[in-house]
Amino acid sequence: MKRLLDVLREDCRLTGTKEGCGEGECGACSVIVDGEVVNSCLIPVCQVEGSSVTTVEGLALNDQLSPLQRAFLEYGAAQCGICTPGMLMSAHALLLRRPHPIRNQILEAIAGNLCRCTGYTKILDAIAAVSSGNINKPDQSE
Amino acid sequence: MQKFEYVSPTTKEQAVALLGENWGDVEVLAGGTDLLSLMKDYITTPRRVVNLKGIAALSGVRYSASGLRLGALATFDDVLSNTAVRRNYPAIWAAVEGVTSPQIRAMGTVGGDLCQRPRCWYYRAGYGLLAKDETGHALVPDGDNRYHAILGHNSGAYFVNPSSLAPALIALAAKIGVYGPKGARQVDAAEFFRAPGGDGEREYQLSPNEIVTEVLVPAPGGMKNATYEVRQREALDWPLASASVALKLTGRNVGAARIALGHVAPVPWRAGAAESALVGKAVTEQTAAAAAEAALADAKPLSRNAYKVQLARVAVKRAILAAAG
Repeated sequence: MKRLLDVLREDCRLTGTKEGCGEGECGACSVIVDGEVVNSCLIPVCQVEGSSVTTVEGLALNDQLSPLQRAFLEYGAAQCGICTPGMLMSAHALLLRRPHPIRNQILEAIAGNLCRCTGYTKILDAIAAVSSGNINKPDQSE
Repeated sequence: MQKFEYVSPTTKEQAVALLGENWGDVEVLAGGTDLLSLMKDYITTPRRVVNLKGIAALSGVRYSASGLRLGALATFDDVLSNTAVRRNYPAIWAAVEGVTSPQIRAMGTVGGDLCQRPRCWYYRAGYGLLAKDETGHALVPDGDNRYHAILGHNSGAYFVNPSSLAPALIALAAKIGVYGPKGARQVDAAEFFRAPGGDGEREYQLSPNEIVTEVLVPAPGGMKNATYEVRQREALDWPLASASVALKLTGRNVGAARIALGHVAPVPWRAGAAESALVGKAVTEQTAAAAAEAALADAKPLSRNAYKVQLARVAVKRAILAAAG
């Protein structure tokens, strides 16, 4: 049986989505299915027949990184980077639902995503920066 | 993972016709948050998996004058976003809110929470529900039992029931709707769980060819209720001990009380002694503490989990105070 994660990485060659624990505890494999952030390691692919799936590759538009991705770059919100795609997807799902979250809501939104480098502060700062509009435009960040 | 047949029925009648006669032959899939890990680790190796997510009749959260219906497929998000649950059943709301990961809240279901398998690391490592080595020696009593049972382990099952919802449902006198080849039946939440005698059995009162369809919670009717969890960290993890309390106050005094503990025994643990200790008294720090003491009077901690006795007392005391407050 293939999990959604396996199909994304091996068949679609969308390797942005990572496998961490494979048990739903770390969130590295987070993707958005029909508007909800889920762990793709826990979903048999047959269960998402007809659903809309967004991976980290779907955040950039016309080769332009999304504001969230630019904020992660600008704030140095990645260390080893394995948790980053999952963090981005959880943050993206949060901002879709709640464009201006308070810090506690950001904390709750990434509670299912583990960063083993424990670099949470910069991640929180980056997400908060998007919500406050406090990031550079793409042309300024060159 | 072992190969299996995957079927996705659209009615409960079709679903139960696809189930097996023996546990483990066929497994039921809903949110997948437990089953996939079990299958990946070969703890269960079903020949068929029945996906229930296509059965629309099993979803939804509905509140009316007669009470609350949680469909077995209602997700934790569905429960949390329901304002009637938050207002009338804070014990349920708080229990679900304790499942901190947004991913698990989006995927995990009410029925799955009740039927998830124990988190005991011996069980998850392949030593069976009763965690024995090849000579039949029980591994938990002298092993790493820091998260294991402190009550109700005489039967030889040392794991703790992992359900978040169960203590709240027991405190609120909920019923669990079950469907099987003989039709529908209801089981009191307090009677739904059992300590299994071996790996051919499960931790709940279902036959292998039955499924949970819904949870029915009576109208609150003035029952004040609360859940308090003691946990190591705020992010995704199971509580170390939890308590759910429902109180009917007559004036200042407790007229009736139902108290259940989670994560302390192989079943969600009804604390009758704590209920009796509270009835007829006003809720104060002292009476709540005395009820907590009574709840844990029979505790028999293992070699490494005596700390859980005090955590469970704290959970009971604070749940009582929260319910009364």
